[in-house]
Amino acid sequence: MITTPAISTDRLGKRYGSAWALRDCTLAVPAGSVTALVGPNGAGKTTLLQLVVGLGRATAGSVEVFGCDPQRDAGAVLPRVGFVAQEHPLYSGFTVAEMLKVGRKLNPGWDDAFALQRVQELSLPLGGKIGKLSGGQQAQVALTLALAKRPELLVLDEPVASLDPLARREFLSSLMEAVTETGVTIVLSSHILADLERVCDHLVILSRARTQLAGPIDEIVAEHRLLTGPRADVAEIARRHEVVTARHSERQTSLLVRSNGHVYDASWELHEVDLEEIVLAYLAQNRAEDPTLAMSA
Amino acid sequence: MIIFHLDQRSGVPTYLQLVQQVRQAVRLGILMPGDQLPTVKDVVGTLAINPNTVLKAYRELDHEGLVVARRGVGTFVADLQPSRPPDDLKALRTSLQRWVDRARAAGVGDEALADLFADTVRAERISRVA
Repeated sequence: MITTPAISTDRLGKRYGSAWALRDCTLAVPAGSVTALVGPNGAGKTTLLQLVVGLGRATAGSVEVFGCDPQRDAGAVLPRVGFVAQEHPLYSGFTVAEMLKVGRKLNPGWDDAFALQRVQELSLPLGGKIGKLSGGQQAQVALTLALAKRPELLVLDEPVASLDPLARREFLSSLMEAVTETGVTIVLSSHILADLERVCDHLVILSRARTQLAGPIDEIVAEHRLLTGPRADVAEIARRHEVVTARHSERQTSLLVRSNGHVYDASWELHEVDLEEIVLAYLAQNRAEDPTLAMSA
Repeated sequence: MIIFHLDQRSGVPTYLQLVQQVRQAVRLGILMPGDQLPTVKDVVGTLAINPNTVLKAYRELDHEGLVVARRGVGTFVADLQPSRPPDDLKALRTSLQRWVDRARAAGVGDEALADLFADTVRAERISRVA
């Protein structure tokens, strides 16, 4: 069965002045997935997410959300999309109740009963000023506003970056509860790989403004292997498999490869690798290849 | 009700950890036939994991016949496995404890102890097949 992806981009690019913030970005986010967007700072994550939610126009290529252009067909797309921006901007002088009222006025599909129930379950004070709430509570208010819109796609830019570990866990718990209840498609960017491994089923690695890797996490983990063996030339193995990173000592060679079927060469010892190692390898690979990144990082 | 926990450093996939914990709880009599497993939403809410991971684990257990999913009601421990009487298990544990004590007294460390046990089970299985 082929369903329209929640998001699909084709050679999407965004240029600010002479600098490309995002370039040649082609990817698809399946509907119903929880997709992680990872990459170093400045890789274009925020730019990509902003284009997805219709904040800004693409310089090159195209982006579609549920098959529609989020800028041209904003009226059709935006009611179906929730967005939690970085640092979850809210009006700090407003009370929680006033913030909900804003949500009610601005969103035709607003589910007030849901919003109130959620606020109650989380023990958020309706009369409390946003500015007086803890970081974790503010994040929960932002999530409530986004969810009460009853979106089919929820986009979150670094939602847990500013939260302490407990608030982070609580935030992700309630996000996953929402997925369970509504089947909402989630795209979130984060640097916290351990969290992503828990909550996400799809992964997109963005680096140097380009997509480096995209797909279901269990497939990604199954495809990658660490090969160790006596010092060897990588050319032989690179003919069949994609070598992500290679490290050599005087006597040993260690390769992280994206295998294309089985690795039959008996001179290599095969090891499984976890998601964190895979992501780090891709990020390191790109830093090594890009002198400007190496200097700024 | 079983309480799931996760070891993110174990290298064992999350869904498999859930499967193993249910299997173990059933073996040890912590979960009895008819007992309900936590709802997907509950597990997701306590562990902050993807609901598909829980569904995958429950599907696998259903496949094995260890649990039965009743649509709209929940997932329950199946009836069919001949559940071992708890007394029996208790006696086995006591005699194993004596064995562990003796091994300890002989200066056998944790890892060697586990190896010895696993090796004995393996040897027994091989001899049974042969």
